[in-house]
Amino acid sequence: MNKVLTHKDVLDHLQSNTIIGIGGWGARRKPMSLVREICQSDIKDLTVVSYGGPDVGLLCAHKKIKKLIFGFVSLDVIPLEAHFRKARQNKEIEVMELDEGMLQWGLRSAAMNLPFLPTRVGFGTDVLTHNPELKFVTSPYKDKESFIAMPAIKLDVALLHVNKSDEKGNTQIIGPDPFFDDLFARAAEKTFVSSEELLSTEELGGKDGAIFNRFERSLVTGVVHSPCGAHPTSCSPSYGFDTKHLKEYSDSAKSFNDYADKYMNKTHQDYIESVGGTEEITKIPLPQF
Amino acid sequence: MSDSISLAEICISQASKAWQDDGEILATGIGLIPRIAAGLAKLTHNPDLMMTDGETYLISEPAPMGKRDSSADQVEGYMSYSRVFENLWGGKRHAMVTPTQLDSFGQTNISVIGNYDSPKIQLLGVRGFPGNSINHKNSIFIPNHSKKTFVEGEVDMVSGMGYKNKELSNGIFEIKRVVTNLGVFDFNGKNNCMQLLSLHPNVSVDDVIANTGFKIAIQSDSITSMPSSEELVLIREVLDPQGIRNTIFGE
Repeated sequence: MNKVLTHKDVLDHLQSNTIIGIGGWGARRKPMSLVREICQSDIKDLTVVSYGGPDVGLLCAHKKIKKLIFGFVSLDVIPLEAHFRKARQNKEIEVMELDEGMLQWGLRSAAMNLPFLPTRVGFGTDVLTHNPELKFVTSPYKDKESFIAMPAIKLDVALLHVNKSDEKGNTQIIGPDPFFDDLFARAAEKTFVSSEELLSTEELGGKDGAIFNRFERSLVTGVVHSPCGAHPTSCSPSYGFDTKHLKEYSDSAKSFNDYADKYMNKTHQDYIESVGGTEEITKIPLPQF
Repeated sequence: MSDSISLAEICISQASKAWQDDGEILATGIGLIPRIAAGLAKLTHNPDLMMTDGETYLISEPAPMGKRDSSADQVEGYMSYSRVFENLWGGKRHAMVTPTQLDSFGQTNISVIGNYDSPKIQLLGVRGFPGNSINHKNSIFIPNHSKKTFVEGEVDMVSGMGYKNKELSNGIFEIKRVVTNLGVFDFNGKNNCMQLLSLHPNVSVDDVIANTGFKIAIQSDSITSMPSSEELVLIREVLDPQGIRNTIFGE
């Protein structure tokens, strides 16, 4: 069994007008090398599901998003995502804006093969006003309480970035927070992971390593070796987010050409060289709050 | 010491009181002043509070502001985002946040300014506000008390619910305390109207009324009590030794 692919190979599995979920959280552990690959392709009109960071912004800058299903888009150190903001203010994208927990519920519902999961979250807010497709369900028990029936968010493809993988798709997320990557994988027809390290199964560390295996390999369709593939987002414990680069990226919302000339339309390796190389990136300290 | 107490220190001391009766729950202070305030609450009124390192771990002592040697943190538990959601759905949390808009119903907005379909300003998105507001107590810190923040009518996009829908939260919804650069407030006035509890030094009732887009009640127009000398020592030497708090009001 060998699931190893190149960045370009992954594009063969992606299509316009499909639903793509992107793992990570804000400016943390985003599969940015795969996102850049989409930006450089002719794929378009995507529905993107994300706890959004520069993944969403970069796709907005390349006009790849038709609809965004989200709870927030932020670069953490820079609270507001300038490219997303521009796309929204210019009415370039449709949105389904949800509470962070509702988004999780939608993914979990898809992961469990259920049509919906009930929640109180959303009541009394304009999340309901702006998502009239959300329906309600009444408890069949004696409480008879009414709930929002958060529908399953089924994904055609999930894109995730992990610390380690073998060629069979046994992955490990070593950073302390796996975010909701496991649910993205379970909610998707196909999951592609980019990985900092591509190792033999033995090198994954047996029992001690297996506690970092957040979802099983049967969910993984393809593995791409992508050292520093989360840059400019962080990939704990290897490197923090590149604040300087995020600032340059954010400022490029005014005029994207310079940024695109410097950093886009490159192979992953050339991109990494253009931002200082793996040695420099792995010197970036983890964020501290 | 008392002759040089800053507005930031007054706000931190007042904001810390939000958590004093909460018992053993997760205290989340989002932003500079709320975070120092949560730490102060833990070191004074409520040592049972749980707090995170701002990332994934629960730590025994509040993390001071600024750079620190985090390897010295005494980690006592785990609090990933998934765990935070589970914790908050169970209601065992009290967050202090800074919404972009707040209205007379206690509804909050961090999503968009202007028309939703054609936003004048796109902000963060609703984040966890719908879930936080319906599941647990919240408090608010506003550094720039004005009619832009305390809006007339309703907020542009209701991200956190308000008192007018309290029954939908099984009675849980509560804004415990509102601390601003002008004074201290709660929503315990008649019909949950926002009321003034105290004014910071050199602020008048008229200043507050002129900068609030809706009618408030005046429960008291006394001057806000100053932080105790114990609180000042904790703020200055333990929680924020580098004085980062002073950037909030340019002090």
